[in-house]
Amino acid sequence: MSLPGYNFAYLDEQTKRMIRRALLKAVAIPGYQVPFASREMPLAYGWGTGGMQVTAAVIGPDDVLKVIDQGADDTTNAVSIRRFFALTAGVRTTERTVEATIIQTRHRIPETPLTAGQILVYQVPQPEPLRKLEPRETETRRMHALAEYGLMHVKLYEDIARHGRITLSYDYPVLVNGRHVMAPSPIPSFDNPKMHRSPALQLFGAGREKRIYAVPPYTSVESLAFEDHPFHPWKANAPCGLCGATDSYLDEVVVDDRGGRLFVCSDTDHCTTRRAAGHRGAAAGHALAGAGE
Amino acid sequence: MSDAPLLSVRELTVRFGRTLAVDRASFELWPGEVLAIVGESGSGKTSLLRAVHGDLPADGGRVQYRLDDGAPVALDALPEPMRRQLARTQWGFVHQNPRDGLRMSVSAGGNVGERLMAAGARHWGGIRAEATEWLRRVEIDPARIDDPPRTYSGGMQQRLQIARVLVTRPRLVLMDEPTGGLDVSVQARLLDLIRRLVSDLGLSVVIVTHDLAVARLLADRMLVMQGGRIVEAGLTDQVLDDPQHPYSQLLVSSVLQA
Amino acid sequence: MYVAVKGGERAIAASHAVLAEARRGDPSVPVLGVDQIEQQLGHAVDRVMAEGALYDRTLAALAIKQAQGDLQEAAFLLRAYRTTLPRFCASLPIDTARMTIARRISATYKDLPGGQILGPTYDYTHRLLDPGLLDDAPVPPAPRAAEPADPAMPRVAALLDQEGLIRPESGDRDAEPPDLTRDPLTFPAARALRLQNLARGDEGFVLAMGYSTQRGYGGAHPFAGEVRYGTVAVEIAPEELGFAIEIGDIAVTECQMVNQFAGSRTEKPQFTRGYGLAFGHSERKAMGMALVDRALMSRELGQDVTAPAQDEEFVLSHSDNVEASGFVQHLKLPHYVDFQSELELIRRLRAEAEERVAEPNREAAE
Repeated sequence: MSLPGYNFAYLDEQTKRMIRRALLKAVAIPGYQVPFASREMPLAYGWGTGGMQVTAAVIGPDDVLKVIDQGADDTTNAVSIRRFFALTAGVRTTERTVEATIIQTRHRIPETPLTAGQILVYQVPQPEPLRKLEPRETETRRMHALAEYGLMHVKLYEDIARHGRITLSYDYPVLVNGRHVMAPSPIPSFDNPKMHRSPALQLFGAGREKRIYAVPPYTSVESLAFEDHPFHPWKANAPCGLCGATDSYLDEVVVDDRGGRLFVCSDTDHCTTRRAAGHRGAAAGHALAGAGE
Repeated sequence: MSDAPLLSVRELTVRFGRTLAVDRASFELWPGEVLAIVGESGSGKTSLLRAVHGDLPADGGRVQYRLDDGAPVALDALPEPMRRQLARTQWGFVHQNPRDGLRMSVSAGGNVGERLMAAGARHWGGIRAEATEWLRRVEIDPARIDDPPRTYSGGMQQRLQIARVLVTRPRLVLMDEPTGGLDVSVQARLLDLIRRLVSDLGLSVVIVTHDLAVARLLADRMLVMQGGRIVEAGLTDQVLDDPQHPYSQLLVSSVLQA
Repeated sequence: MYVAVKGGERAIAASHAVLAEARRGDPSVPVLGVDQIEQQLGHAVDRVMAEGALYDRTLAALAIKQAQGDLQEAAFLLRAYRTTLPRFCASLPIDTARMTIARRISATYKDLPGGQILGPTYDYTHRLLDPGLLDDAPVPPAPRAAEPADPAMPRVAALLDQEGLIRPESGDRDAEPPDLTRDPLTFPAARALRLQNLARGDEGFVLAMGYSTQRGYGGAHPFAGEVRYGTVAVEIAPEELGFAIEIGDIAVTECQMVNQFAGSRTEKPQFTRGYGLAFGHSERKAMGMALVDRALMSRELGQDVTAPAQDEEFVLSHSDNVEASGFVQHLKLPHYVDFQSELELIRRLRAEAEERVAEPNREAAE
């Protein structure tokens, strides 16, 4: 079923074709930001309109959609977007990473490695990795065109000079296919290595800024760094309190007003799947384990 | 000096509306040579320098540069990426105002390191060591490597700009009144530094100045410009001691009287 | 006590229910009709149509009701609806010289062909709260002119044009104008794109930008050549017909600013124009827009670009309140993944800084 009075997946077919053309160009030039005529969506700018337009343009009736925000399927915005596509496209939705054909995400890449044929759609607030260094679009486009990325390295150099390390912990810039510097969206730098040579197709939509870009399957994605200050994907130095995982990105939860902390997997599907398989962390059985279930 | 010019400028012309800023200027620069362009304010000397560097579009003429493999290239025929690549590796431009040539909020080390990084350097320690060495060479205390140039004096800023330009060992350096706007004592120290670096590194330099003393101190040859035209060219001592063109004579005599 | 931030379906549904209740307010007060909004809150309807970029008074009134009078939210509702509409064709340019005038004033000529027509305006009202409006006091009928307004009412810019005193409109008149809603905004932007952007732009933002040019940020010397408000016919020319047909009337406000310009190296001194157009009756918007339009021409006119209102990237990238409101408010969305990364980083940096302080002391002690 879909919403009466609206086209399949909300956008009209002409708009979808326009977005698909932009996507094709983006796939052809990995990491290059393709301007596209972003439409108003019934959600506010900054709430995932770019990702939604990309999803609407690539989704078909047989797709299975998963939507996450901060790694979780049950955060309000993820719920809202998932319901939007359930309503307007009538597609099957899932919380299982392995079952999904399309995963729309804000701020995380699932822990479960993605496979060929899956599409990861990122919601992007600021597609321009150089924007904080150079506010003018005319300048940054020229810098990309000429691959003049000295300024980006100056920023990283300064970080190390001042703090002894690169002080970027999320939205950590990457070099795609050896050519374009790209913003990976505000995923924690912990997730950056998952982008490198991923078998899945990675699509990025920035609605308000009207840009689409892509990383095709098996493309090199290198986090910028220096030879003697290599890239480090940081995470909290603790296992998940609920499932005991030591290799997943963790949310820090304040459990009481005396400074008590609990670290839990940010990827709810990952945590649930592990617990179902019998893995238990130190705080297994905590009320939080049931939250959202 | 080699037997082929490094830079060859032919009939270069620049217009601002109806004004002819540079009128068919031609000159050559030989490897290891320092050439001064002198003239009063408005004579077109800075416009000529900027047109040679490609910052000002020329309305006629051409600039030919000999690459390090000896092959001559016409700069206007080079695609922009190559020209910019050239500008940030083999060429250097020293602005009169250091603010135009430095990133004022980036540390001195970052300023010097930027050209190295743009040329592909990716070893932080190596970049820093090179920057430290260059600060020493331009007589800036390496302890100030992490300070931004806005905390520097005018003379220090200008020396930092020179370090930033020279760090990639350019073959050709263009300077626009590098001592302009500085106190006389600071000027003398800077000129001395420039002279030493030019001879140590064997640089080829085109320097624009209104100050004949600067030309006398640094330049092998000089051009005198008036109203957009080169009115006299020759060895520095010859032009200064025995100027032929009436305007050159006026220029020289006005300095002597001062 | 841990407060669940992860809401889930039930929380959203409950939030929607509370919102609906808040919108209705006290049920003992009669419900507000969309027709009442359309008729009695006309300026709100006009603003929502302008910023929502859709001319439909009933839908705008519905959006205002649905948004509880939050006009930006209402404009957003209208935009989200508009974007789903199919396009049959583009209308011909409206001809404001053929406007059925409700109001028309010029600040540059004491009198001019067609005359000055004051029409409805707050300009000369005393801004005293009117307790009479607390009750439904009947409104006496307004006097009407015996003669209908002169149908020939040339636009002021055309009068200056005849003398060659005003810089002709630049650009190709016959070229198909670019469409902001079908192509992304790129810089430098053509004037048609700039005007489209400003026409949809936030009234407050456009007003403030225009105002800043009057206060020395951009050095404008504007005259309100003309402000006119009334209805114009919208025509389309379907290919299969081969001639134009009227499909209805819309009310618009148009402003033509006349600006001093000293001339440049290549141009003689002459006046320059600034143009503003808004759906409905909104002189503030149209005039602000005309000031900003002129300021954005600075580069083309060879003037220095020093002020914010002259900077097209700055103005055009921040004028849209649907974009601005969304992005500012998206800060309410959870950011704990990124915040966690920052938390880890700052702890690590602090620990390292403490180690650095401790180390020299250790050396000294040895």
